[in-house]
Amino acid sequence: MNASVLRNAKLDEAELRALKSEIEDFNWDYGDVLDGNRLGEWPNFFTEDAFYRIRSRENADADMPVGLVHCEGRPMMVDRVFALMHTEMFEPRYYRHVIGTARVLDVTAQGVISARANYALYETILDQDTRLMQAGQYVDEFVRAGGRLLLKRRECIYDSTIVHTALIYPV
Amino acid sequence: MEYRWPEQGLQAVPDWIYTSPDILERELDLIFRGRTWNYVGLEAEVPKPGDFKRSYIGDVTVVVSRADDGSIHVFENRCVHRGAEFCRKSSGHGKEFVCPYHQWTYSLKGDLIGVPFRRGSGKKGGLPPEFKLEENGLKKLKVTTRRGVIFASYCDEIESLEEYLGPEILGEFDATFDGRKLKILGHYRNRIPGNWKMYHENLKDPYHATLLHSYLVSFNLMIAGQKSAMLADKSGRHGSMCSAKGDIEGKVDTSQMRAYRTDMRLQDARIVDFIPEFKSPWSVTMLTIWPNLIVQREMNTLGTRQIVPRGPDAFELNWTMFGFEGDDEEMTRHRLRQGNLMGPAGFLGLEDNEAIKFVQDGLHRSTGEIGNLVLGGTEEGSADHLVTESAIRAMYRHYRDVMGL
Repeated sequence: MNASVLRNAKLDEAELRALKSEIEDFNWDYGDVLDGNRLGEWPNFFTEDAFYRIRSRENADADMPVGLVHCEGRPMMVDRVFALMHTEMFEPRYYRHVIGTARVLDVTAQGVISARANYALYETILDQDTRLMQAGQYVDEFVRAGGRLLLKRRECIYDSTIVHTALIYPV
Repeated sequence: MEYRWPEQGLQAVPDWIYTSPDILERELDLIFRGRTWNYVGLEAEVPKPGDFKRSYIGDVTVVVSRADDGSIHVFENRCVHRGAEFCRKSSGHGKEFVCPYHQWTYSLKGDLIGVPFRRGSGKKGGLPPEFKLEENGLKKLKVTTRRGVIFASYCDEIESLEEYLGPEILGEFDATFDGRKLKILGHYRNRIPGNWKMYHENLKDPYHATLLHSYLVSFNLMIAGQKSAMLADKSGRHGSMCSAKGDIEGKVDTSQMRAYRTDMRLQDARIVDFIPEFKSPWSVTMLTIWPNLIVQREMNTLGTRQIVPRGPDAFELNWTMFGFEGDDEEMTRHRLRQGNLMGPAGFLGLEDNEAIKFVQDGLHRSTGEIGNLVLGGTEEGSADHLVTESAIRAMYRHYRDVMGL
């Protein structure tokens, strides 16, 4: 990895590699919580004021703000989890995230880390073939709080224009 | 197979209207390409001359284009030469349309204006003299607009949109499209593994609202007993499901709603805030405009949904979410936050999609032959209460008439 891609970072090569590895571990845990259906833990990956959105690439390219899911702040994420666990009716299913390697793009003087990772999300429903629900990219901003990374912003930009039936869980 | 409607009349629906490819072909021909106004887009999606978007009428792809004089045109996305679907972008801007295969060129109004080597090459080949460009434009449709909403029809003799909708539905349409200029906030698309008519039925079925959608009940958005209405036009094909948040008539019976719990609280209740902005007694209206448009006014989250049949067992929805010019940043964000209620990941939307899938699965994987529409007895059309299927029966009276069933 070439440290010169970072506009503001004062990180050397070893620090950058360590950061990339830390983000990849974060993403693995993130996928594991969702795939393991431990939904209640999902908001813990975010800061209190974090922004989370699942938006089509078509909207992102056109600079249109509409997303399938739009959460301003962790309380909205907690409410989403609560609704999914207690009020929503849907067919049982498995999710499987396959998250690619992370790329650190920038670290600001304030410590905001911009990073990206591609993902594929597969869904398996009883009596049906496993199918690809989304091919997309996480466009992230991390901050460090209490020594650990937290998402200040995660946007899931999905290529797969047509959503099959319903997207139940967070991505 | 002979298609004969069950003897119970409108209190029963035969499975084959949802599963038969023959029936779908008849629907595409007699309904979508028949005497109907089909929604194709919003004027705000093609604001300037040269702007275009791809759209659908039934399963036919069409192009919606704004010409230099500002007029809007809708034509089939099929080159008259070899039939190529020439417009491949979901939207864009240009001076003309060129089919990439042999570069036959069409104006923004759909007229054929150029054919390469028309006179041949070296006095050989080329178009025969009797082939007239002006007689070979794209297949054009009749177009009308109202309050920024664009409709097209294959039927040249069709009545005006206003007559087509009828006064009740026109009133609800105008309440949402209230004259303010629309601002597009984005699109999304989804596919539902069910028959397209089930989407109309679901929004003409106020009975399901408080039973399927626990979210509505849990967070006090809608409960049986609250002021509500199911409107239908005289023909029975269009409808509007209406309710008024917080306007409770009498004592509410929540004993039969599985999810009514008083311990549920949202941490961020902004999602269910209603900011009054419409001249309407209703905080929610879901308009079903036959055959392919839903207009969502779920408090402050607004959108159109275009229904595109994909065989008898599936359909797609093309959603366009909008606000109004003049919305400040906070109002736009409020609409976006409230958007979490709807769509394929929305608290209400995802359940409707799942339920429709379950019905389609049930029809295919069982030995039954009919579904029952018995709520509210034989009453048809509008109703001032929720526990009825009167609007679905009215829709099927119209449907049977058009389909000759």
